[in-house]
Amino acid sequence: MGKRTDIKKIMLLGSGPIVIGQACEFDYSGSQACKALREEGYHIVLVNSNPATIMTDPEMADRTYLEPLLPEIVSRIIEREKPDALLPTLGGQTALNLAISLKDMGILDRFGVEILGAAYDVIRKSEDRNLFKKAMERIGLKVPRSGIACNLETASEIAMEIGFPVIIRPGFTLGGTGGSVAYNIEEFQDLADSGLKLSPIGEILVEQSVIGWKEFELEVMRDRKDNVVVICSIENLDPMGVHTGDSITVAPIQTLSDREYQSMRDAAVSIIREIGVETGGSNIQFAVNPENGDMTVIEMNPRVSRSSALASKATGFPIAKIAAKLAVGYTLDEIPNDITRKTPASFEPAIDYCVIKIPKFNFEKFPLASPILTTSMKSVGEVMSIGRTFKEALNKALRSMEEKFQGFEDFPVEMETSLGISQPNQHRLFYIKKGFREGLSIDDIHQISRIDRWFLYNLKELADFEEEFKKYRNRKIPYRAMKKAKEYGFSDRQISRLANMKDDKAVRKLRVSMGIEARYNLVDTCAGEFEAYTPYYYSTYERSEEVKK
Amino acid sequence: MEGYLAIEDGTILRGETFGARGKSFGELIFNTSMTGYQEILYDPSYKGQIVVMTYPLIGNYGVNEEDVESGKIHLEGFVIRERSRIYSNWRATKPLDLLLYEHGIIGIDGIDTRRITLMLREKGALRGAIFTEKKSRPQMMKELEKAPGIVGVDLVKEVSAKKTFTWSGQGKYKVVVLDCGVKFNTLRLLASRNFRVTVMPPDVPWQEIVKESPDGILVSNGPGDPSAVPYIVGTISNVIERYPVFGICFGIQLIAQVFGGKTYKLKFGHHGANHPVMDLAAGKVLITVQNHGFCVDIGTLEKNDIETTHINLNDNTLEGLAHRKLPVFAVQFHPEHAPGPTDSVYLFDKFSRMVEKHGKEN
Repeated sequence: MGKRTDIKKIMLLGSGPIVIGQACEFDYSGSQACKALREEGYHIVLVNSNPATIMTDPEMADRTYLEPLLPEIVSRIIEREKPDALLPTLGGQTALNLAISLKDMGILDRFGVEILGAAYDVIRKSEDRNLFKKAMERIGLKVPRSGIACNLETASEIAMEIGFPVIIRPGFTLGGTGGSVAYNIEEFQDLADSGLKLSPIGEILVEQSVIGWKEFELEVMRDRKDNVVVICSIENLDPMGVHTGDSITVAPIQTLSDREYQSMRDAAVSIIREIGVETGGSNIQFAVNPENGDMTVIEMNPRVSRSSALASKATGFPIAKIAAKLAVGYTLDEIPNDITRKTPASFEPAIDYCVIKIPKFNFEKFPLASPILTTSMKSVGEVMSIGRTFKEALNKALRSMEEKFQGFEDFPVEMETSLGISQPNQHRLFYIKKGFREGLSIDDIHQISRIDRWFLYNLKELADFEEEFKKYRNRKIPYRAMKKAKEYGFSDRQISRLANMKDDKAVRKLRVSMGIEARYNLVDTCAGEFEAYTPYYYSTYERSEEVKK
Repeated sequence: MEGYLAIEDGTILRGETFGARGKSFGELIFNTSMTGYQEILYDPSYKGQIVVMTYPLIGNYGVNEEDVESGKIHLEGFVIRERSRIYSNWRATKPLDLLLYEHGIIGIDGIDTRRITLMLREKGALRGAIFTEKKSRPQMMKELEKAPGIVGVDLVKEVSAKKTFTWSGQGKYKVVVLDCGVKFNTLRLLASRNFRVTVMPPDVPWQEIVKESPDGILVSNGPGDPSAVPYIVGTISNVIERYPVFGICFGIQLIAQVFGGKTYKLKFGHHGANHPVMDLAAGKVLITVQNHGFCVDIGTLEKNDIETTHINLNDNTLEGLAHRKLPVFAVQFHPEHAPGPTDSVYLFDKFSRMVEKHGKEN
């Protein structure tokens, strides 16, 4: 089909200031889109109020407006620039909301500006809880039982009918702001009241709690010929109840069989079609009951999201760039996969490693914020790591946090162990570690945290190995133990502490003498099936032992 | 327990074996699916092959009683990076190693599967062996050299039905499945589309098929070299003008031979769940499940009678064909999925409509 030639000038909306729930991931997606569209010869008018972004660098767009992302201001820019189209799906929720306002004000119609990516109705359908629920019911998918309320009285009635605990979600807010869980009617009334105030339209959704269910996400893309592909699947280590942005997440999904994964994929494909996202990426979240596999749809974002940035880095598939190309009319099969060069973008990345994202918090700077993690996002950043196994990736991720721990090690925590495990908080992993040390079993921890046993078992393997490794204290570490420690993602410094060696340099010297050195694997989108050309690597210590003679 | 993976090029890697004990030989191939190891294990098309999973973490969700795709596991060995020692899923009934043990299959983990994948990509399919007992290097290499290859070998007889049986007796139309190593999901999908399903062995005389008076025929997937089974090609050629025919994977390779097509061996084959295929009529991309080491040479087909319907977008190989006059079509990928995406399951509906239309016309 090729790119559209009926549009020349495209207005791109950024996401404004960096706030909790909407950080630099939208600078990344916006910058990618600027580059991709200018490469195609389109004239780009960029609006973003945040000058500290890459996308507002002078060479990124043809015209850059550092103006507030407010409908009145942007209307005037539209009046002046007369763009043919508006691309709001790469600037987070801010850009989407802004596009809705501009449409409602009649600005887009007056100046003949077409919304690319997700049409007005699509945004409404995905954002308006009631419309979304009806859409899901039409395609036979379950959503948590819920009701919409504009006042406290109706809200309370709905909550009583559903039964506690219930989730309160204010309509049209960023990063789930104001989202909360109420366990009884007293709590509910306070939380619902503040939810109503937080929502720009004074509306909240009162929803059946699926707290403790397994949480999954799929990153899906669609083009205008209705080709749909799943770029990445993500499993949250933290079960439902913690905002995805605050959860430790793992790609790809680890604990679903193919049949279950395919029914989720089928659901995602039906959802992107039913909601009607014409082109681009969407993020769809699901909850699955660990007891019987019941699957419900939690939400869908008809735009590039925080998770898309993660999925792009995790798979090597540049979602924002491809979304921009799809928005101007290309189809997935017309776009080459930059990494393999020979194969098209109309495929689903196969990965042969494990990716972990861990959120980073800064509660010291927000002394009034409760450190308990809930359905509204509190993290200020995140780290991502890649390893051949979950264990290797986990140690790498924890080390990258630049905090006082080097990996999954003993770390002093203040609360009582079982409370620290049951109440989601930024140091939950270390409470689990402490729990193992205090003799709690995987089942015990699963009971109070609802974290899947598979994750807990892997954590236990790390803890047990660490304990066992201590026997090399003041002794020479043998080859196999050293090899396993490195394959499990232990740093040289961690090893030096465990074995009481002088320092990390001493460990490094020893392991290099044993031939144990890092290897760099390509992130190639295809699990090694095709040759890859992009220099994007991760380190791993995996090396099979060879029998030479 | 410590064991070894020996490869034709002289590489021998140490790992930890699980499942059965002893030794096994086969053609090493890699599969890039991230889920679906249970269905892969049960896929009869892997007869003669040792499957290397590129996804490193296998066994996480255990195995269950439902995702069973054939009567027994036929592949020769299973190579993975890390076998989960725990399984976690509400449907799971046992761990991976127990399943392999019960079926007498040897698995090995702790192997750098990416290294093997890159080796196979560069050098093409190689023979391999897994040994659970310690042997000398020359001993292992010697045994490996003596192991049979798969080119020119008929593996179909080892994995297919020995005699005719009924899978489903309910339904409006009757389909005969010519079993070359069929997966149960093919049969399930036919049964759920109002077909009575009769499965017949691959060496059944064509007159026996006619005696069944079917409304349509499905030629299934299967293992090994499609040029090694001329007797099945002969059977198909005797019935192809009488009934609507649908071929899957090995099935397309046999049907193509009826129309002059030749098959050749791909360097390392297509084994995964993410292959983009263009449906040329619809102009749309299907994400398909693939499992084949051989392929039909497009250039050898009789152009007057056969049209290309599907093409692989990764390497432009043939993925689907249809006869211009007869109600006959076939695909190289697996519309029955299990494991993998369900994008192409509509082909079963197409077959169903074709059978219905043919029934009305005759």
